[in-house]
Amino acid sequence: MTLFVKYDFNLACKTLLKEHLDAFGISYTLGSLGEVHIKGKLPEEQRQALASSLKRYGIEILDDQKITLVERIKNAIDELLKDEKLKSVKVSSYLADTLNYSYAHLSSIFSESTYTSIENYIILRKVDLAKELICNTDLTLTEIAFQLNYSSVAHLSGQFKKTTGLTPSTFQRIMAKKTNYTTHSQT
Amino acid sequence: MSNKLLNIALADDDEDDRMLFSEAIEEITIKTQLTCFKHGQELMEHLNTPNIALPNLIFLDLNMPIKNGMQCLKEIRSNPALRDLCIAIYSTSSSEKDIEETFLNGANIYLNKPNNFVKLQDSVERILQLNWQYHTSNLNKDTFLFRI
Repeated sequence: MTLFVKYDFNLACKTLLKEHLDAFGISYTLGSLGEVHIKGKLPEEQRQALASSLKRYGIEILDDQKITLVERIKNAIDELLKDEKLKSVKVSSYLADTLNYSYAHLSSIFSESTYTSIENYIILRKVDLAKELICNTDLTLTEIAFQLNYSSVAHLSGQFKKTTGLTPSTFQRIMAKKTNYTTHSQT
Repeated sequence: MSNKLLNIALADDDEDDRMLFSEAIEEITIKTQLTCFKHGQELMEHLNTPNIALPNLIFLDLNMPIKNGMQCLKEIRSNPALRDLCIAIYSTSSSEKDIEETFLNGANIYLNKPNNFVKLQDSVERILQLNWQYHTSNLNKDTFLFRI
């Protein structure tokens, strides 16, 4: 048999993080967007032990300031795409306001370290969310377009095709077949 | 981050194709280290060497002697140690059936061998950029399909 589970990525990470910090007896507060404020200083050995125990969950302590900023931009973009209330907010002012840097600065750091622009990254992330909705829900493409704040289905389909080389319906057909295929070949 | 070399593998039996590919990948902005293999068997032996740094992305030709691309793809996807590798099919075939079959067997990218050098360079650059995002961002690799 197959069980289907739905998970809250954010909650899962936060819970894991809390459990680990507690286990190390570190006193902290969790900020938004993946910030952990530690009271006082964290000795290097403890930092390394924490880093290696988090590593197997794919949670990484970021070192380099630029990388940290890029990750914070990505986290902020995720928040922005997820939050219904922020639908009408302009990306550039949202990022500048949340991260306290000018958009020009953020955008140049981002392009420098990721081989892509913030704009392209957002498209990629939205298409990724569209894929998730196509695979895991019964929503129609029209509903998905609305949920992801596209002006029309045509706009979503166009961006999907440009980003993946496949139309949403071809993608859906292949993914559906793939799920059957892997279940069959495993049994 | 951006000064880290991306480790790329290419398996193609055609010497000219290997040479063109090496030239194309050398000239793009993302810095890579390319390792070439003459057929699937050679690639699989390399991947199964203990303690090697596995490639970030593998380009696989479909028609190769001794072991073809499809066999490699199936072997890689059924091996837990290699299952998470990103795989791009690099083939002259543009038949929908071939494309779909490789996706069903776990390929992430399907690149039709372009007929000129500039196009090849553009395509490889786009693929590496996209692959980079999948390695460094919270994107779902299970639904990573790209056709170019």
